[in-house]
Amino acid sequence: MGALYRRDVILALRAGGGALVGLLFFLCVVATVPFGVGPDLALLARIGPAIVWIAVLLSTLIGLDRLFRAEWDDGSLDLLKMRDEPLVLIVLVKCLAHWTAYVLPLVVLSPVMGLLMNVGPASLGAAFITLLAGSPAITFIGAAGAAIAVSLPRGGLLVPILILPLAIPVLIFGVGASYAATSEIEAFLPPFLILVALTLFFAVVGPLAASLALRQGDD
Amino acid sequence: MSGEGEQMALRIEAAGFSVSRGDMLIFSNLSLTLVAGQSMVFTGANGAGKSTALRALLGLVGKSDGHARFIGDDETALPLAFAAHYLAHRNAMKPELTARENLGFWKRILGDFEGDVGLSPEEAAGAVGLEGVLDLPFAYLSAGQKRRIAFARLLVAWRPVWLLDEPTAALDRAAKQTLACLMTGHLAKGGIIIAATHEPLGLDAAEVMEFTGPTHRVADPFMAEVF
Repeated sequence: MGALYRRDVILALRAGGGALVGLLFFLCVVATVPFGVGPDLALLARIGPAIVWIAVLLSTLIGLDRLFRAEWDDGSLDLLKMRDEPLVLIVLVKCLAHWTAYVLPLVVLSPVMGLLMNVGPASLGAAFITLLAGSPAITFIGAAGAAIAVSLPRGGLLVPILILPLAIPVLIFGVGASYAATSEIEAFLPPFLILVALTLFFAVVGPLAASLALRQGDD
Repeated sequence: MSGEGEQMALRIEAAGFSVSRGDMLIFSNLSLTLVAGQSMVFTGANGAGKSTALRALLGLVGKSDGHARFIGDDETALPLAFAAHYLAHRNAMKPELTARENLGFWKRILGDFEGDVGLSPEEAAGAVGLEGVLDLPFAYLSAGQKRRIAFARLLVAWRPVWLLDEPTAALDRAAKQTLACLMTGHLAKGGIIIAATHEPLGLDAAEVMEFTGPTHRVADPFMAEVF
């Protein structure tokens, strides 16, 4: 399983792997907002954490259809299905590798992007922490969508559309917790713990649904 | 092969496979038994269901009944997929990785089945005559070289059963000879081979199963009981 994780990360980072595309898209989304909204620093600081969260969500979504696509295209998926370990475990490892290569760089870069939006240090930290805790949930949900769309010839855009509704709660509690961290009336912990619970919940349900879809979606 | 005991030795048994697509019956009641050292060739026209039969045996076809089991020397039965290598039309190699990385990955992830150990990626590439291209990205290889590296995957991890789908596609004459030698060697070690192919593979003693192609299961959907 370690070999699978390592290979998937290497594949994502090599030329044509596409990890950089998500990162550039993230940069584009955040960098264009100040031009659209205008130079109102107070407003930018207020919407900053939400914009960063939305940008991470969208950048994650566009990379998700690659999760099983390449394995399907070259027939590796059949060989992975023949293993005696449960397919759920293989899907989970692939999700973790995908998150490491595609999403973790976005999370790490998010404080820098927050600076572009005039977000204060406390909010930057909060957005970083909530993204770290919440973004795996998006990948896990996405695995189910990617598995359903894997055998469709041009299912690329289908994946984001399928999973966006399911990712909305993650966004709500993620942004809620980032705002609560700097607010005096709201508590940080309740929305943050719900966010963590969502990640743990989808860590089980997502790979399970994905492995079911992969088994059914054959031919 | 020391399995001269009172029991039958290592073997595979499959029974009762039927696969249909819509109202087309691709094949029905496919059954076979092969013991160590035996091989079988699936023949038939394009679209006759040879590849589907291989996939059904491995449990990779969603809607199929029947079961395929691998029975070891000690009479333990396992699903065939655990004891089998599957070489499909697609090579299951990543174009971005080198041939060495690809083979190394499959060696680690597949692991050896009990009974023997696989070769190192270098030895396996040598066996198919391609030591020289190990450090090239897989995408740079020619179609025939890709096929030979894909075949080398069967050598890096030991599996007693090989299921091969057109193994000699895109290969030149010398490479076909090499593969024939490797397949004969596998059978001599007590392996079992099932191959779906149009071309002679050089497996002299292979049994032949002829696929005749899909038939309409029911001409009239309201007459389903007649079938």
